[in-house]
Order: sequence, then C-alpha cells, then structure tokens
Amino acid sequence: MRYLTARKRAEGKGAAGTGTETHWYMTVSGAGLAVMLPFFLFIIGRALGSSYEEVVATFSHPIPAILTGLFLVVGLQHFIRGCHTMIEDYVGGTARKLLVVFVITFSYFLMAAGLFALAKLVL
Amino acid sequence: MVQLTLPKNSRIRTGKTWPKPHGATNLRKFQIYRWNPDTGENPSVDTYFVDMDTCGPMVLDALIKIKTEIDPTLTFRRSCREGICGSCAMNIDGINTLACIYGLDEIKGDVKIYPLPHLSVVKDLIPDLTHWYAQHASIQPWLETKTNRPQKEWRQSIEDRKKLDGLYECVMCACCSTACPSYWWNSDRFLGPAALLHAYRWIVDSRDEATGERLDALEDPFKLYRCHTIMNCTKTCPKGLNPAKAISEIKKLMVNRQV
Repeated sequence: MRYLTARKRAEGKGAAGTGTETHWYMTVSGAGLAVMLPFFLFIIGRALGSSYEEVVATFSHPIPAILTGLFLVVGLQHFIRGCHTMIEDYVGGTARKLLVVFVITFSYFLMAAGLFALAKLVL
Repeated sequence: MVQLTLPKNSRIRTGKTWPKPHGATNLRKFQIYRWNPDTGENPSVDTYFVDMDTCGPMVLDALIKIKTEIDPTLTFRRSCREGICGSCAMNIDGINTLACIYGLDEIKGDVKIYPLPHLSVVKDLIPDLTHWYAQHASIQPWLETKTNRPQKEWRQSIEDRKKLDGLYECVMCACCSTACPSYWWNSDRFLGPAALLHAYRWIVDSRDEATGERLDALEDPFKLYRCHTIMNCTKTCPKGLNPAKAISEIKKLMVNRQV
C-alpha cells in the first residue's frame, strides 16, 4: 500500500522528452517501405528459381543491390521500433527489458548478415 | 500491459432472475452487471423484465424504472437525462455510451448493461474515475497566460474560436478512454483519448500562451504516443466528437516544431 495521491499517480515520472523522433521515423520509413516493397518483391520474384550466375548478375546491377541494402536497413530499423512498442504493450517487468534487448541485438545481427551476404554476392 | 483474462475476483457469475411484472404483456429482458463491495462476492449478472408499455424510450428510463419498481439496490450514476452531464456512461449492448441518449429501439434482443470497461468498479454500474480525473487535471485544462490580464477580456477571432468546435463539447463521460485498448493496457502512463482531446483543446486555443509547455508535457512515448490510432474512441463517442483526430493533430504539432 502506497499513500500516493491520484494526481501523483497520474503525473508519474513526468514526460520523458522523447517520442516524436520515433513517431516521425516510423511515419517516414513506413512510407518509404511502402514505395520500396513492390520493387523489392519484383526483384526477388524475378531472381527466384534462377541460376546462381543469373542471381549474381541481377544483384550486381546497382539498382537492385542498393534497393536490397536499403530495404534491409530501413526495414529492420522500422521492425526494431515497431517491435519495441509491441513488447511494451504485451510484456512487463524484466522480461520486457530482456526482450527489447534481444530484438534489437537480433535485428542488427540480421542487418549485418544481410549486408554481408549482399556485399559478398555483388562484389 | 495487456491483460487477457479477468482477475479471479472479477469473474462474472450468473445472478438473480427477478420476477416478471404482473399483467404485463410487452416485456423486455435486461441483463445487468451487479457487484456489491460489501458482500465480498464476485460480480454477477442479474436478469430483469421491464414492461415496455409503461417505460420511456431510453436505456436510462428503463434503469430508473428497474430501480424504482423492481430493485432499489441497483446503483448507477445519472443526472441531466439529456446527454450533457456525462454521468450515465456505461457499456450498453457492447458499446460505451450514455444511457440517457441511447434508445432502447437501437438494441436488438436482450439489453445487456455493464459498467465502463477496464476500470475498478465502485458498485454495480459505477466505475472508479479517480485516476481518469487526475489525468485530466494533469493536462491543466485551463487558460494559461503570461501577458498581463487585459482590462476587459482575452480577445479571439471568429476563425480561432471555430478551431475549438468539436473539442469543447466533450462532456467527460470517459466512454472514449474506456473503449481504447491502449488505455486498458497502459492507463497508468497513457493519458487516453479524453485527456488528450482536452489537451489539444487548450493547445489550439489562440488565447493560451503555454503551447510549448503543453507540448513538452506530452512529449513522451506513453503519455501521447501510446495511441496506435485504433479509433475506438471516435467510434464510441456519444457526442460524435473525434478524439483520434485531436491526438493526430497533437502529433502533427510535435513534428512541426522539430522538422
């Protein structure tokens, strides 16, 4: 039992002073991903079922390579922030913090692995 | 945080079925949530039958009739009976609304009445709005000025006054906040649609001189940005207001002062 006033509970720790940056990033990256997604799917769709040489040739072209790299970086950054919010909604306590750390670490690992694979393919 | 099941002491059991009124032919069945803190028992849903030939057209009319003629222990808030005071907000037929302006003819089948969702219950249909009111107070719902008070009045153009339309009409019934899943799950930190609608009402007021401070107070991942634009608030508002739009306008202002 804590003898806190209703106003004290409502105020909490006050405003954190952040939030708009994430909101703006999610808005802009969401719009960017909506534009990139059809092109990305088209490139991947065309490469599916091709021989190794044909795939290398596709991704050696600057536009598919840059688009794939951008999609990886922007997509996973978007994923990190989206997951962060979702975890805050669905998980509490220490599990929340651990999950957020895991998602961020795993996403950056995926990003690095993807960029490495892309670089190895095209260079 | 998300709660997917009711706590043990909130699980609803079948309650009492009250006798049908004698001689009535046009009966309607009402299922109403009951909970009395004095008994220590779990809540229940009682069943009442109301003679519609002698009942007014609104849900509140039926509730008053039940309280007057069948069960005087049924507890609910009501005052103005015309959608101005916001007292009789409750969940009727799955919708958060005001019992006084919700017609019985709008409901098909049995009438199911519960208190506003995901709030502690004081008794029967009365939710505890203490935290909700404190959140409203925290946004400082009054005119903040720094300039010396003018001799007559704070002047406002007709255009600026029009910006308050759709905001000032809020009767603070709490229907919107209690319809919002984000508010259910994070009401300890998320201000909810009602408080944010009021926050925007003062932010957009041309006479208010604390716009920056007001925006600073909302710059938080939870207080404002826990709104995921689900829009239940707008859908349920019995006054036809649009809290979701007010929240998005605040977000726009937040971005505008940074970008």
